[in-house]
Amino acid sequence: MFELSFIWAGIIAFAVLTYVILDGFDLGVGILFPFAKGERDKATMMNSIAPIWDGNETWLVLGGGGLFAVFPLAYAVVMPALYMPITLMLLALIFRGVAFEYRWRTKRWKPVWDAAFFGGSLVAAFMQGIALGALVQGIEIADRAYAGGWWDWLSPFSVLTGVAVVTGYALLGSTWLILKTEGALQRQMQRHAWWCAAGTLGFIGLVSLLTPFQDPVYFSRWFNLPGSIFSVLMPGALALATWALFAGLNADRDGQPFFAALTLFVLCFIGIGISFYPHIVPPGLTIAEAAAPNASLKFALVGTVVLVPLILGYTAYAYWVFRGKVDPEEGYH
Amino acid sequence: MLDSLTAETLARMQFAFTVSFHIIFPAFSIGLASYLAVLNGLWLVTRDQTYLVLFTYWKKIFAVAFGMGVVSGIVMSYQFGTNWSVFSDKTGPILGPLMAYEVLSAFFLEAGFLGVMLFGRERVGDGLHMFATAMVAFGTLMSATWILSVNSWMQTPAGYGINEIGQFVPEDWWKIVFNPSFPYRLVHMVLAAYLTTALVVGGVGGLHLLRDGADAAARRMFSMAMWMLIVVAPLQIVAGDFHGLNTLEHQPAKVMAMEGHYESHPEGAPLILFGIPNPDEKRIEYAVQIPKASSLILRHDLNAPLAGLDTIADVDEPPVTIVFFSFRIMVALGFAMLGLGAWAFWRRLCGTLYHDRWLHRASIAMGPMGFVAVLAGWITTEVGRQPFTVYGLLRTSDSLAPVAAPAVAASLLAFVLVYFFIFGAGTFYLLRMMNMPPASKHLGLRDAPTRTARARKARTAPMPSPVNKEPSNV
Repeated sequence: MFELSFIWAGIIAFAVLTYVILDGFDLGVGILFPFAKGERDKATMMNSIAPIWDGNETWLVLGGGGLFAVFPLAYAVVMPALYMPITLMLLALIFRGVAFEYRWRTKRWKPVWDAAFFGGSLVAAFMQGIALGALVQGIEIADRAYAGGWWDWLSPFSVLTGVAVVTGYALLGSTWLILKTEGALQRQMQRHAWWCAAGTLGFIGLVSLLTPFQDPVYFSRWFNLPGSIFSVLMPGALALATWALFAGLNADRDGQPFFAALTLFVLCFIGIGISFYPHIVPPGLTIAEAAAPNASLKFALVGTVVLVPLILGYTAYAYWVFRGKVDPEEGYH
Repeated sequence: MLDSLTAETLARMQFAFTVSFHIIFPAFSIGLASYLAVLNGLWLVTRDQTYLVLFTYWKKIFAVAFGMGVVSGIVMSYQFGTNWSVFSDKTGPILGPLMAYEVLSAFFLEAGFLGVMLFGRERVGDGLHMFATAMVAFGTLMSATWILSVNSWMQTPAGYGINEIGQFVPEDWWKIVFNPSFPYRLVHMVLAAYLTTALVVGGVGGLHLLRDGADAAARRMFSMAMWMLIVVAPLQIVAGDFHGLNTLEHQPAKVMAMEGHYESHPEGAPLILFGIPNPDEKRIEYAVQIPKASSLILRHDLNAPLAGLDTIADVDEPPVTIVFFSFRIMVALGFAMLGLGAWAFWRRLCGTLYHDRWLHRASIAMGPMGFVAVLAGWITTEVGRQPFTVYGLLRTSDSLAPVAAPAVAASLLAFVLVYFFIFGAGTFYLLRMMNMPPASKHLGLRDAPTRTARARKARTAPMPSPVNKEPSNV
């Protein structure tokens, strides 16, 4: 029988993972936006995510709101520790979010909102990567509060994870566009995807190598049960996903590269989970310590068990409605 | 002067600034989402083109306003942690699950069906499109329900215990969600959102009637908005009165500040219509007042005693000046709304609703006043809760994150610059769209993508789309 707090850690992890892969590809589309050749391609790229980006971003609110609900201490420690990257991420998300509507409302300022869409997507992705790096490095806690300095989050390692996430999101974005577009744009995205895939794999290797140096305990978790099970499986799974990705690109498949890229993200996420467990905020705060009282966990769990499958259902329905290749002529503006 | 700007003051300014900007958009989108559902329903039932024209027109305006609400709302969900982490740690076990329910039952619903509502009519058919439109409207109301429960619990905490590490812990969820001020606040806010939307729709209708009195869509929206005003404005005044009585019961100091009662009145308190609070000498200057009327309103008895701020310790006293003025602004605007509704009702009876140009001008002037009233009302209730975050239990000064003033100042400056730029541009686009006649084909660019190539659709959407009586509505 699991503790409620561990079930919740799993749910929060699921929300964050869902956010990362869903908003990952739509931030990735934003990162690739400057490479679009002409207005028609820009409209296609934007319309491929216009009906769904808002739902994707809601998982970020669930990540923040859920953490506040069930791990209030973790929320209260992590937010001040990552004050600047989180503030910058929020501001960046504002710029890219409004661009979806604003760019259709003006002619003269269209380039401004195109730049906001690209810049906002890039900065948001980079800051998410930085936040991940800073979390892996560890957050100093004293007396139920953040005890570190204002620039602790900035280090060569967190910059590396920032660039890694930008590259990874660009991979998701390019493979999404392979799925949703055709013709010259699709071929262009296949080329981008190839480079992004190579970059992403390189960064995965580099970050994995450097992670044990942030805290030796990460290393030991991979060589003790239950982590060691994954240590055995992980290289094989990574190799399989990588093969599927490149094979899909070379064989001109529409969907395979995207789903292979998603698999890469899921595997990396599991890897991070193994390194962190049983902590929620390394190096000092465990899942159990950060959890709210059981009465709160139970109350929130009832609704979650009912509502999350429902949400997944109608989210899947929305994707189904807008399935198939994007028609650049379609829109409502 | 800058020395007086502590991290606490700056964090409060930041929260006040970001939440004030944010509330403007939900106040509009809650009402507009319901209006869109009504318009779409009426179009499906009557097949009267005017309703479809209005639906398409306001849908595009909704999309812009909703987008601004989403992005400014994400900021709010993180601000609790970045600036108010002690508050988050202490109240998280109670407020966190309520907010999680808001995300799960409201935000996902809105976001999930918004795409179908905006882009999907031809893909899913009229029936499912109507369902999606209704779900978006329902989602906005669910969102209001949960977040007002959260806010009300901070005003009138109930159903809680306090554990050994000083956290508020839940004991009775029913009492927490339905805390004493929640029903009043919820009704007051939802009606406020409906009034705000009615005023905007009425203002836009009035504008287009001034230009072309025969414009069928302008007539229809103006008429609908004026019906809404005459029905909802009186309800709102009654709801506001009940809300005030509830506040008197649970937060008397707030009512004292609203009324400007520095002193106790053992034999009937006067209703101060206007005056200028002098907080240093604790009195209202130039007061214009009706003797004993405050006791009549609050106690329903001319001679009922009412305690004043002299019974409240100075450290527990809310800032009187702000609350005193914001309350009067809200009430004055409420009666102005009622006046506009009554004027329009009179003109309707005379058969000159679409011809009274001064009525149309007045409706334009009142167009933005719902927003002003909503802000004034929230300022009254939030500043009136000070100096506490959880009323009577957790002080604002004890809620702060361990943040350094320069970090808060820098982020505050960034928020101010970005918000004025982004939301300034957004407001400009919204006004430009509203300035175009309802039947405009495009509310934005002349060269925006249009839905002309029907042939292409067969390939991209192989699904049968049974009913498609919609004209090329782009």
